[in-house]
Amino acid sequence: MTDATARAPMPPGVDDGPVLTVDDLVVEFKSGRQTVHAVSGVTFSVKYGETLGLVGESGCGKSTTGRALVQVQSPTSGAVTYRGQNLSALSSRQLRRVRTKIQMIFQDPISSLNPRRRVRDIVAEPLVIWGRGSKEERAAKVREMLEAVGIDPDAAGDRRPGEFSGGQCQRISIARALMADPDLLICDEPVSALDVSVQAQILNLLADLKAKFGLTMVFIAHDLAVVKNVSDRVAVMYLGKLVEVADSDDLYRSASHPYTEALLRSIPEPDPDTQAHSKGLSGELPSPLNPPSGCRFRTRCPYVQDVCAEQEPPLRDIAPGHQVACHFPLVAPVLVPDQGEVGGEVGQDPTRAGSMPIPGPVPESSDG
Amino acid sequence: MLRRGGAQTLEFPDVAAPGGHLLEVEDLHTAFRTGRGTVRAVDGVSFTVDRGKTLGIVGESGSGKTVLARSIMGLLPLHDVIRSGTVHFAGHDLTAMEPAQLRQVWGAELSMIFQDPMTALNPVKRIGRQITESLRLHLRMDRSEANATAIELLRQVGIPSPEERIRWYPFQLSGGMRQRVMIAIALACAPRLVMADEPTTGLDVTVQAQILDLLAELQRERHMAVILVTHDLGVVAGRADEILVMYAGRIVERAPTHTLFHDTHMPYTQALMDSIPRLADPSGTRLHAIAGRPPDLIHPPKGCRFAPRCPYVQDRCRESDPPLRTAGSPDHLFACWFPLVNGVSTAPSNGALPSAPPAAVAAAAEDVTNGSDASVGTDTAAPDTGGPTP
Repeated sequence: MTDATARAPMPPGVDDGPVLTVDDLVVEFKSGRQTVHAVSGVTFSVKYGETLGLVGESGCGKSTTGRALVQVQSPTSGAVTYRGQNLSALSSRQLRRVRTKIQMIFQDPISSLNPRRRVRDIVAEPLVIWGRGSKEERAAKVREMLEAVGIDPDAAGDRRPGEFSGGQCQRISIARALMADPDLLICDEPVSALDVSVQAQILNLLADLKAKFGLTMVFIAHDLAVVKNVSDRVAVMYLGKLVEVADSDDLYRSASHPYTEALLRSIPEPDPDTQAHSKGLSGELPSPLNPPSGCRFRTRCPYVQDVCAEQEPPLRDIAPGHQVACHFPLVAPVLVPDQGEVGGEVGQDPTRAGSMPIPGPVPESSDG
Repeated sequence: MLRRGGAQTLEFPDVAAPGGHLLEVEDLHTAFRTGRGTVRAVDGVSFTVDRGKTLGIVGESGSGKTVLARSIMGLLPLHDVIRSGTVHFAGHDLTAMEPAQLRQVWGAELSMIFQDPMTALNPVKRIGRQITESLRLHLRMDRSEANATAIELLRQVGIPSPEERIRWYPFQLSGGMRQRVMIAIALACAPRLVMADEPTTGLDVTVQAQILDLLAELQRERHMAVILVTHDLGVVAGRADEILVMYAGRIVERAPTHTLFHDTHMPYTQALMDSIPRLADPSGTRLHAIAGRPPDLIHPPKGCRFAPRCPYVQDRCRESDPPLRTAGSPDHLFACWFPLVNGVSTAPSNGALPSAPPAAVAAAAEDVTNGSDASVGTDTAAPDTGGPTP
């Protein structure tokens, strides 16, 4: 229980600053004469050894954000800074070098592996491309990484991806991502194509590898229960914008944005007694071609007011480490600073019967 | 009334025989002949569904749940399939029907919602036409009547401005909207049983909640029976009346929903529940993964099929196959030699007696954690047994 949360020790010589900083990231796509506003001004940072969860519905821009972090998708504006280097300002040659340190794991494990190549060649490729090590050294590293992800190198090395299940393919792509000794892993929906039982295996594996190799992670997913399990902090995204950022236990205990609350309510809990609520979110994500004025969530918000259509709520602090972009944030009846005490109790009912939108200015601290 | 296809018209009495069930599946076996051998995907499954009820069928990929659903429907490949057993639906044996007779049943009395609405819908036909097709065939509606009904159906499944959308093609709709169209098609002729095979897998959680609520609402209004096939126990927890857990082609536990969750007997069911991340747990809580993978269905293990992955496995489990049986309550069936009682295994630990002292219980619980950690290692052996994944 503790090994997943424990931060890897800071290696000497690494400063305490954030590993990754994203500042006012904007990504737009041209679609004929129209513009798709995929990411519209997203700002966050990830500390060393931290896992930041990025959660939201399909089409909210979370994957585009993930791709912009590694500059696979070049941002329209804004800066992505990795250990002090602005990635957008680098030459493609410099960028390639930096990218060895930032690796990505994708959603569909089967299609992200070349079906015609052998597992050991797939995993060795990052080193081959960079010409690192001798053939023997590379083979040794492949063995080491395959073993680290729980794949038997002798049995699996000469097989091809088609011979493995989805969970095993995901393990292989994780091994490949780790070959170039990255320190930042961007996981884009790594478990959403997997069964719950396999999902648990992969999530545990990621937690183990994070501790073992001292990784920092950005974990992108649509399932808040999964994100909460792996993340230290969670950023909730809606239609290209961050609507709430908080420590994951805080976010669950005192979700302040109506959208976060709706997401929490939508999760099917495997308990027949907690299903009485259920009134989730109505409607669908508006088109990113023409996002709503003011607060982008207003078209689906149950607490919408006139001001929501007129003014865009900025992302502001409502508690230490807890930011929300809402004119009328929901305030939990009690904010428990000390974790684990009543967490389980509160956990039984994510609807928080007492939660109400409190109009007007947000108090400095909402506990008490 | 004669129908297209020329087959003899079937009668479906409004109420099945007194005491009868709407659907009665008995000892259903479905196997596929492949180059590597015979895959026994469904291996002796029996259950019943009553009118207006919801049955959840839960299992991992490869547990045979989708083949079971298709086998009941009669939607199987024409070649290299061996099916035995009977499926009685409203008094008729579906397994004995000719294709022409089945066509009278499909859509009209018994319909199916498929997992992937993009491939299940015809990409080159307007959605309106796809809904009216069965209305005109089964209910003999004329064009304008069918169109009006289709618009009404689209409205019922929550599609805005249905008068316009009826002329749209599937690609113009989002995944959630397509699944709503699938539901509209499935419900068009007011069937008495809907088979929903992973109807919300691949959809966002918010949309999933909407779709499941919609299905439940329509079910209540129409007094339909629903079979909800899923890998996610969370999906069926609040929605099914009864749940059937499948493993390696067989039912391993079957009970009313509340009983299944609160008095789980089968270690596999417990393991499935434990592998789900819970919102209530603090961040970083280690998940209880199930070690290994489901067995090869060409050469299933001797004895209990879950034995190789079971944290409480005993010699007896490896040697003889536990039958599906009851203990105490007659509607709670399970296939385990050493069922869990109040979450604790009745398996003797290291030769201790079945009435295990607390120390042995703790040791058994310890095994679970070891097992989940070992998952990383045991998975490695799988390429040998798994073979090509289709």
